[in-house]
Amino acid sequence: MSLTSIGLGHYLALSAALMLIGTVGVLTRRNVVVILMSIELILNAVNINLVAFSKHLGQLHGQVFAIFIIAVAVAEAAVGLGILIALFRNKQTVNADEVDLLKW
Amino acid sequence: MVLAGAVLTVSLRNAVHCAVALIVSLLGTAGLYLLQRAEFLFAVQIILYIGGIMLLFLFVIMLINLDESRQERHFVKGWWLGLALALGTGGIGLRWAAQRNWPGPASNQAPVPGGNTQLLADLLFSEYLVPFEAISLLLLVAIVGSVLMARPKPTASAPSKGAKA
Repeated sequence: MSLTSIGLGHYLALSAALMLIGTVGVLTRRNVVVILMSIELILNAVNINLVAFSKHLGQLHGQVFAIFIIAVAVAEAAVGLGILIALFRNKQTVNADEVDLLKW
Repeated sequence: MVLAGAVLTVSLRNAVHCAVALIVSLLGTAGLYLLQRAEFLFAVQIILYIGGIMLLFLFVIMLINLDESRQERHFVKGWWLGLALALGTGGIGLRWAAQRNWPGPASNQAPVPGGNTQLLADLLFSEYLVPFEAISLLLLVAIVGSVLMARPKPTASAPSKGAKA
């Protein structure tokens, strides 16, 4: 298969698989750091989708949206890691199932 | 490469190894951007994700010392439930997607002389100017918020000015 025969469907399949893996990571891991990394994987899958459609339709709007998604991902990672540091300082754990501050 | 890095990210035990696997996956994604003539996004992906976000992740991993990384369980108790849920929904979606006939390779447009970056900047600063400003505001709020949350608590011996409020 030559390189030029990679179509939209291939990118969409890759993106779907990447999102699936990210979802599995979010749902099954205990470590909050790895959960945040899995969220980054999901956002990357969305970006691949957007860029693939942008190339397919010959417009650049998809790439602009991808830039916005990257910016939102940066903000989300910064806030998430800030929360994580505060959590570790208070609870001495980074495991998602040991955080029961709201449990009565 | 992207998928192998992603699988390793969610399956490895040590968090630092997970981060390295995530870097591999992000590099593969950057290669895909380059393949689709999105050069600006390629550069942004390398600089911002691999240079910025992964550095942040590694700092946090080293800041909270992961002594408990030698623990037995790395997955939550209902991990099989989560796996089945994700694979089930993903399988349904993939089967739906496989039944459609997706269009083939797009016709190759001629490369623009000004380049991808210039076109992107024109679009970003004309049509998407208001979302651009909104996203800058969001980043500012995120910076302030994360600094505020990661700040150590003021101790009783040295109360801060806002402690009484």
